[in-house]
Amino acid sequence: MSTPAPGLNEVLQRTFAFPKPHFLSVTDLNEVEVANLLDLAESFVALNRQTSKKLDLLAGRTLMNLFFENSTRTQSSFELAGKRLGADVVNMSPRSSSIAKGETLIDTAVTLNAMQPDLLVVRHASSGAASLLSQKVTCSVVNAGDGQHEHPTQALLDALSMRRACGRIAGLKVAICGDIAHSRVARSNIAMLQMLGAEVRLVGPPTLMPSQVDRWNVAVHHDMRKGIAGCDVVMMLRLQLERMDGVMAPSQREYFRFWGLDREKLAHAAPNVKVMHPGPMNRGVEIDSDVADDLTVSLIQDQVEMGVAARMAVLATLAARLDNER
Amino acid sequence: MTRPTAFANVRLLDPASNYDGPGAVLVTEGVIADVIKGQDLGSLSSDFEVIDGAGKALMPGLVDLRVKTGEPGAEPKETLKSAARAAAAGGVTSMVVQPDTDPVVDDPAMVDFILRRARDIELVNVYPAGAATKGAEGQRMAEIGLMHDAGCVYVTDADRPIIDSKVFQRVLSYAKSFGVIVAHRPADPWLSKGAAATSGEFASRMGLPSAPAVAERIMLERDLALAEVTGARLLVDQLTTAGAIDTLRRARDRGVAAVATTSINHLSFNEVDIGDYRTFCKVDPPLRGEDDRQAVIEAVASGLIPIIVSAHSPAPAEDKRLPYDEAAPGAVGLQTLLPALLTFHHEGRIPLLDLIRTVTCAPADLLGLPAGRLAKGAPADLVLCDLHAPLIIDADKLLSKSKNSPFDGRRLQGRVLRTVVDGRTVFQA
Repeated sequence: MSTPAPGLNEVLQRTFAFPKPHFLSVTDLNEVEVANLLDLAESFVALNRQTSKKLDLLAGRTLMNLFFENSTRTQSSFELAGKRLGADVVNMSPRSSSIAKGETLIDTAVTLNAMQPDLLVVRHASSGAASLLSQKVTCSVVNAGDGQHEHPTQALLDALSMRRACGRIAGLKVAICGDIAHSRVARSNIAMLQMLGAEVRLVGPPTLMPSQVDRWNVAVHHDMRKGIAGCDVVMMLRLQLERMDGVMAPSQREYFRFWGLDREKLAHAAPNVKVMHPGPMNRGVEIDSDVADDLTVSLIQDQVEMGVAARMAVLATLAARLDNER
Repeated sequence: MTRPTAFANVRLLDPASNYDGPGAVLVTEGVIADVIKGQDLGSLSSDFEVIDGAGKALMPGLVDLRVKTGEPGAEPKETLKSAARAAAAGGVTSMVVQPDTDPVVDDPAMVDFILRRARDIELVNVYPAGAATKGAEGQRMAEIGLMHDAGCVYVTDADRPIIDSKVFQRVLSYAKSFGVIVAHRPADPWLSKGAAATSGEFASRMGLPSAPAVAERIMLERDLALAEVTGARLLVDQLTTAGAIDTLRRARDRGVAAVATTSINHLSFNEVDIGDYRTFCKVDPPLRGEDDRQAVIEAVASGLIPIIVSAHSPAPAEDKRLPYDEAAPGAVGLQTLLPALLTFHHEGRIPLLDLIRTVTCAPADLLGLPAGRLAKGAPADLVLCDLHAPLIIDADKLLSKSKNSPFDGRRLQGRVLRTVVDGRTVFQA
C-alpha cells in the first residue's frame, strides 16, 4: 500500500456523511455533496499519477460490474477505480450468460446479490433499470448509464475536468451539442451544471431535441455558430450513426456541415474555449480530428483520466457509508 | 326458487330516472318487481325477505364496457372466474370482455365459448366483444354478422389499432348493416411505436420512449371521418387527450354518431404518478399530462364523454417487475372502479347521479342492455354501497389473479357492501 497522495488524508478525514445508499441520479445530489465528491476525486487524481496507486479503502469489499450494454471504457474505468481502492472486482456480461435464456433483470440482480457484493455497478439499455435494481438488492448500486435517462458518474467526471481546466464551474457558459434527445450524458450534465451554477445551452437539429426542452431552463439553438458563441466549454455528444441516415438527420455529411465541430465554428466560442466529448468519437461526423486532437483545446483525454478518479470518489463515498452502517 | 327480497331503508340512486332519495326495491324471480320512491314501504307481503340497507346507497350494478381477462390462453394472468369475482366485489354486475385473447374471439364458436363459460361461473353477466378483423390483425374482416347472432355486443380489435383505413372503412360500413357498434382506440401507429409514455417534459427528463398526445387526435380524426361517411356507430375507446376531445366535440356538433369512453386510470392519474418508473402506472394509452387529465374530467362532467370504463387489464408481477419500457402495460380496475369514481363526487367535481350514469345506464343503453337502471322489469342487478366509508387500497388483497393496481396505497371513499346479480347476492362485505 502506498502513502496516500498529499491532501488525500485531509479529504478522507472529513469524509462527509453521504445520505443515500445508492448513486443513481444527479438529481439525488446537492451542491455540497457534489463539491465533496469533486474534492475527493481531485485527491485521487494525484494518487493515480503516482507509481504505486493502490489504497485499501475498499479492502475486503466486492465490486461487481454488471454491464448489460457493452462499454469497454466505462467498465474498465470502474474496474480500475475499484482495484485501486483495494476491492475485489468481478465483471459480468449478462449477454453471454443467463439473461439470454430469459432470466429477468431482477432475477439476475437477486442472484448476484446472494453472492454478497458490496457495490453493484450497472449499465442497462432501459431508463430506470438501475433504480429498479436498487429496490431489489441489499448492496449499493451505482448507475453506470440507464437507457436515455442518466449517467451520473459521467457528469461528475465532466465537472471535474471542467473545474480543473477552467478553475470554476459557476458562471461558465457551456454548450452541449448533438443528440440531446437520446443522451443520458446530456441529461446528467444539464442537471449537474445547472446545480453548480453554469449557464447551459443546447445545440442541435430539432429532431434531436427532447420534447418540451424549453422547460428545462436552457437556451436551445439550432444554429451552431450562434449556439456556441462566447462559450467557455463546448461539449460534443456521441451520435449513433444509424440515426444519421435520413432518420434524425438526412446524412452524415449534412450533419457535419451544420452541427459538426470544426475550427471555423469553434472560432465563435470564447478565446480559451475547451472542447469535451464523452467518447467514443465519430471523427468527421460530430467532431473534426483537427479539433479533437488539439491538446490546447481538447479535454477529451483528461476526461478519461478524470473518469477513474471520479469513480473512485463515488465508490469510496458509498463504501464509507457501508462502514458506518456496520 | 328464490324468496322475494325487499331492499328497504336505502338511499336510491337511479340516474336513468334522475332519482336520488329514500326508497326501496322489491325483487322477485331475479327481476325488479317494484321500485318504491319515498319513505313509505306500504304493506309488504310477509313472503319478502327484507334486507335493511341502514340508509346506505342502492344503485344499479355497474356495467363495464372494457375488461380484459386471460381466458382463453393466459389463465395464470386472469380467468373469467377470477375477473368475475373481482367484478362482483367491485359492484360490477355486467362486463364486456375484450376479444384479444389466445385464440382471438373472432368467430361465433369463440363467442359461444365465452358465453358458456360465463354461464357456468354464474357470478356476473359477461358479454363478449368480437374481433373486428380476423385474428385482430387489422387485415381481413371477421365474421361480424355471425358473431352478432351468437351474442357479441360490439366488435373491436381492442388494443391494436386498425391501421389500414380501407379495412376500417369496410368494417364500419359492414357492421352498420347489422347495427353492430365498432369500437376503436385511436392511436397513430407510427407516432406510437415503441412508446411507453406521453411526450413532454416528464418523459424527456426520465428518458422514456414516448409518443406525442397528438397521436390520439390524428387517428381520431380519421375514425370520425370514416364514421361520418359510412354512418356507422363508432365507439371511441378511451379518449385521454384534450386535443382529441376537441376533435370529438366538433364532430358531434356536425352530427357524427360517435360515443366516447374514457378510463378511470386517465381520470385518476397523470404522468407524474409514474414517479420513479412505477410500472403499475404503465397503461395503454399512456398516462397524460395534468392538462389532459383535467380536460378529460371536464368532458365527463359536460357529458361529452358519457361512459367510463375500468380498462381492467391484468398483468402478473413477472410482466411488471421489469424496466419501464419492457414492462407490460395495463392495470386491474374492476374492484377499484366505483370508489375511484366516487372521488369526483367527494371532491365536488361531478354530481353524483351524473357520475353513476357513466357506469350504469349510459353504457347499458349504448349496448341496448336492460340493465343499468332501477326500474320495474329490469334485471335485479344492484349494488349496496357505503358512499363515505374510507378505504386504503391494498393491491395484494384484490381478487384478481394479477395485482397490478396503480391505486395500491391510495385512500379512497366508497365501500361495496353487497352486490346482487339477477336477484342473487354474489358478493357481501
